[in-house]
Amino acid sequence: MASLKALKIRIGSVKSTQKITKAMKMVAAAKLRRAQEAAIAARPYALRLEQVMASLASKVTVSESSPKLLAGTGKDQVHLLVIATSERGLAGAFNSNIVRAARRKAEELERAGKTVKFYVAGKKGRVIKRFFPTQILADHEMSHIKTVAFADAKAITDDLIARYEAGEFDIAHLFYARFQSALVQEPVGRQIIPVALPSAANDVAASSATAAVEYEPDEESILAALLPRNIAIQIFGALLENAASEQGSRMTAMDNATRNAGDMINRLTIQYNRSRQAAITTELVEIISGAEALK
Amino acid sequence: MLHFELVTPEKLVRSEDVYMVVVPGTEGDFGVLEGHAPVMSTIRDGALSVYRTEKGEPELIAIEGGFAEVSATGLTVLAERTA
Repeated sequence: MASLKALKIRIGSVKSTQKITKAMKMVAAAKLRRAQEAAIAARPYALRLEQVMASLASKVTVSESSPKLLAGTGKDQVHLLVIATSERGLAGAFNSNIVRAARRKAEELERAGKTVKFYVAGKKGRVIKRFFPTQILADHEMSHIKTVAFADAKAITDDLIARYEAGEFDIAHLFYARFQSALVQEPVGRQIIPVALPSAANDVAASSATAAVEYEPDEESILAALLPRNIAIQIFGALLENAASEQGSRMTAMDNATRNAGDMINRLTIQYNRSRQAAITTELVEIISGAEALK
Repeated sequence: MLHFELVTPEKLVRSEDVYMVVVPGTEGDFGVLEGHAPVMSTIRDGALSVYRTEKGEPELIAIEGGFAEVSATGLTVLAERTA
């Protein structure tokens, strides 16, 4: 059995761990609120852009001459998996869930005979190197970013589009965690290049699209100008959702850790008290039997 | 009055009723008043001139990577960045 002193030190150590996890939970909760606000603030732009894309989609037919970002390269051999994760750990299964989702997709694609490459955005996505050491196309540095700005998403988009134009891949998928609540974050993957045009039929924009709208310059050029922006806004949205998910996940993980520490402290305290009582009893028995012997 | 909205990916910058907005379109500047015909246009990097009243001085808002849409509900400018 551990000595009294050792137990006391152990309790102290668990207590200070509990203090840290508690503080981290508080910080995550505050950051979560801010991340959610940022995600909500980004919605109007995404919504408007989607409406515009939808109304343009009803005017333009995809053909060979369409921009490559829309029509594709005509092949689907090389798939690029963009993995967006956080920069920091201690967020429960947040990062590993995203990486796992990407890995599943990669294995599925490889079974189908496709070539898979990876594009890592966020330090914690680098673990994918362990499974596919030779297939990392690029590692996008994000460690300097405190709060995600549109410019960060744009930088990734520009990089991706340049690589796409250079023929480094045919189809790109983006993996991130969709934020549902502080408790639930769902890792999702979706295709971002080539761009899938929203169907105009089920949209509010369809009604305004039928009106006689004048296009300056023409529909095709506007569409070509908006396509990269559409990708950027999707990536931006993903980064924002990721930020919220990360904080939510960390908050839950730290809440659990705090509770575990509490349980452990209770258990150790009981053990400590029992050992102390046992020591006192032993001592008393010794004294009494000593006194008895002297009679 | 013309309903004018300026939106960036980060937030809704403006949403207000103004008299007129002059938009620097890629194919030339155009002013938008209430009841303007529906238009979609890309915008070159430059400044929007927002006239709150008919006589007043315009307020300039510099934007980058813009796109303008005029519909029955008013003018919506999507910009990547405002200064």
